[in-house]
Amino acid sequence: MTNSELNRLKDKAFQGFGIFCTLIGLVVLAIFLINILIDGLGRIDWDFLRNLPSRRAHRAGIYTAWIGTLWILVLSSLFAFPLGISAGIYLEEYGKKNRMASFLEVNISNLAGVPSIIYGLLGLEIFGRVFGLGGSLLTGALTLGLLILPIIIVTTRESIKAVPRSIRDASFALGASKWQTIWFQVLPASFGGIMTGVILALSRAVGEAAPLIVIGALAYVPFAPSSPMDEFTVLPIQIFNWISRPQAAFATNAAAAIIILLIITFTLNGIAVYLRHKWQKRVKW
Amino acid sequence: MLHLKFKNLAAAAILLLVAACGPKYNEDADLTLEGDISIDGSSTVYPITEAVAEEFRYAAPNVRTTIGVSGSGGGFKKFSRGEIDISNASRSIKEDEAKAARANGLDFIELSVAYDGLTIVVNPKNDWVKDITVAELKKMWEPAAQNKIKRWNQIRPEWPNREIHLYGAGVESGTYDYFTEAIVGTSHASRGDFTASEDDNVLVQGVAGDINALGFFGYAYYEENKDKLKAIPVDDEDASNGAGPILPSLETIKDGSYAPLSRALFLYVNSPAVKKPQVVEFMDFYFENVGQLSQEIGFIPLPDEKYKAEHQKFKDFVAKHTGKATTQRKPDSTNTSH
Repeated sequence: MTNSELNRLKDKAFQGFGIFCTLIGLVVLAIFLINILIDGLGRIDWDFLRNLPSRRAHRAGIYTAWIGTLWILVLSSLFAFPLGISAGIYLEEYGKKNRMASFLEVNISNLAGVPSIIYGLLGLEIFGRVFGLGGSLLTGALTLGLLILPIIIVTTRESIKAVPRSIRDASFALGASKWQTIWFQVLPASFGGIMTGVILALSRAVGEAAPLIVIGALAYVPFAPSSPMDEFTVLPIQIFNWISRPQAAFATNAAAAIIILLIITFTLNGIAVYLRHKWQKRVKW
Repeated sequence: MLHLKFKNLAAAAILLLVAACGPKYNEDADLTLEGDISIDGSSTVYPITEAVAEEFRYAAPNVRTTIGVSGSGGGFKKFSRGEIDISNASRSIKEDEAKAARANGLDFIELSVAYDGLTIVVNPKNDWVKDITVAELKKMWEPAAQNKIKRWNQIRPEWPNREIHLYGAGVESGTYDYFTEAIVGTSHASRGDFTASEDDNVLVQGVAGDINALGFFGYAYYEENKDKLKAIPVDDEDASNGAGPILPSLETIKDGSYAPLSRALFLYVNSPAVKKPQVVEFMDFYFENVGQLSQEIGFIPLPDEKYKAEHQKFKDFVAKHTGKATTQRKPDSTNTSH
C-alpha cells in the first residue's frame, strides 16, 4: 500500500466516524421525539390548552402553565435584552482593555456556567425577600433574566467582533462619531447574530424548572396571572409534577405538555433562524 | 424592531385568552368569599390538597388558592416565617421548626387529613422473600449496615446468597424521615449507599427491573403498579395490633394494624391564617370532602369519627384565635388578601 492510499483510507475512516457521531445525536433525538409524540399527541386538544389543573388526569390542562411560561418569557426578555445588549456594546466598543476588563470578561464567562439552581437561591434572597417581591412572576422573570444575561452579553460581543474593522474605519473617515458608527453601522450589521443569541438564551429559560421552584413558583395555580406581581406556574414545573404522580394517565399529560413546550422552543428557534437570515440579506457592503 | 412587535402580539394573545376563559362554578357557589390562600409543602400531600382545592374552586370561585411543592421541610420553613397559610406535611413539625414559628409570634395546629402506607416492595421474580420483620428491615437500613449488609442471606440465613439492592425516598423528603424514624428508630438516619430518588416512579422502575431489589414508597405507587411489583407483608412482632406479617391494604392501613409503616399525612395551619375567612371556609370544606377525595386518588381516608375530631380541633383553634365560632361567617367580613 502506498502512502497516498493509506492516507485516503484514513480519510474515509474519519469520514465514517464523523457520520456515525452525527447519527448518534440525531437518532437519540428522533427516538425521544417519536416516543413523546406517540405518548402525548393524542392527548392534545383544545381543552388541554384551556383547562385548569385537576386531580383527574383527563380533565387536567396546562392553561395557567403555558400562560405563565409566556409571561416569564416576555418579562425576562424585557429585562435581559436591553441590559445584556448594552453591556455587550460597552465591553466591546467602549471598555478599555485593561485588567478590570479581563476580570469582568472571566467573570461573565464563569457566570454563564453557573448551575441554574444557584440563580434560584440568589433570586429567592434578593428579589423574593430583600425586594419583597415574593414568589411573583417578577421574581421569576428577574431570576431567569439574570440567568440568561451572561449568554446575551457573550453573544452580543461575539457578533460585534465579527463586524470588519474596515467598516468602522470607513464610517469614521466619513466624519461619523463613535455613537453614529455603532448605531448606523455596527449594530445593524451584527443584529442578526445578537438576536440569534438572545432567542437561544430565551429557549434555555423556557426549559428551566429548578430555579423557579426555589423562588417559590407553584404547582397548582387555578388562575391565569394578570399582573407581574401574581403567583404563577410554568410548563416545566407542571411536567415535573405530572411525571412524579402514581397514575399512568398523568405521564400521558406530561408527554402532551412536553410537546407544547417543544413547540414553543422550536418556534423561538425558528424566529432566530429567520431573523439571522433577514438581517444578513439586509447588510450590503 | 421586530422583537418588540412579537412581544406586543404575545401580550395581546395572553389578554384575549384570559378574557375568553371565564370561571365555571356551581349555582350555589359562594361568590362573596374572596381572597388568597397560599399553601406549600410536601409533594406527597400535594395531590390530596390539589383535589380539595379543585372542588373548592367550584364552591368559592373568587378565592385564589395556590399550592407549591417545596417539600415538607421547605414548606415548614416558609410556614414558620408566616409566608404561607397552610403547610402540607408528610411528617410532624420538628422542634427547631416549631421554635422558629413561635419566635415569629405564630401559633399553629397539626391536623391529620389522610393515611398513607409505606409499602415494602420487591421484584415479582423474587420468590424467596415471603414476609419481613421490622428488625430485619432495620438491619438492612440502619447506618451501621453501610458497606456491611450487602447480601440477602445476611438478613435471614435461608435467603439466597445474592446481592441486595436498596431503593428509597430521597433524603430531603418527609417520607425518608418517616421511614427512618419508624424502622431505624432515629429520624433522618440510614445507610447512605442506596438508590435514592425524590420521584417515586423512578423507584418503581428500579425495583421492577432488578430481581435483587427491595424498596419502599407510598401505597398509591404500589396500587398503580401492582403488575410490576410484589408487596411484602411486614411483621412488627407486636401482637397487640394484629399478629404476624401484615400486607398494606385499605383496611390494614386505616385500622392501624399495618404498623409501623402506616403514617398520617398532615396539614398545618397557623394563627394569622385562621383570621382570614377564606382559609377557615377552605378548611371546613377540606374536612367535609377529603375522605372521599383522598380515596379517589389512592390515599387512605381516616375513619369518620377521626375526621370529626380533627375538624373540632380546628374549630377550637379558630375560636381561640378569633374569639368567635367559625361556621357562621358574615358575608361582609373583611377580605384579608395580601
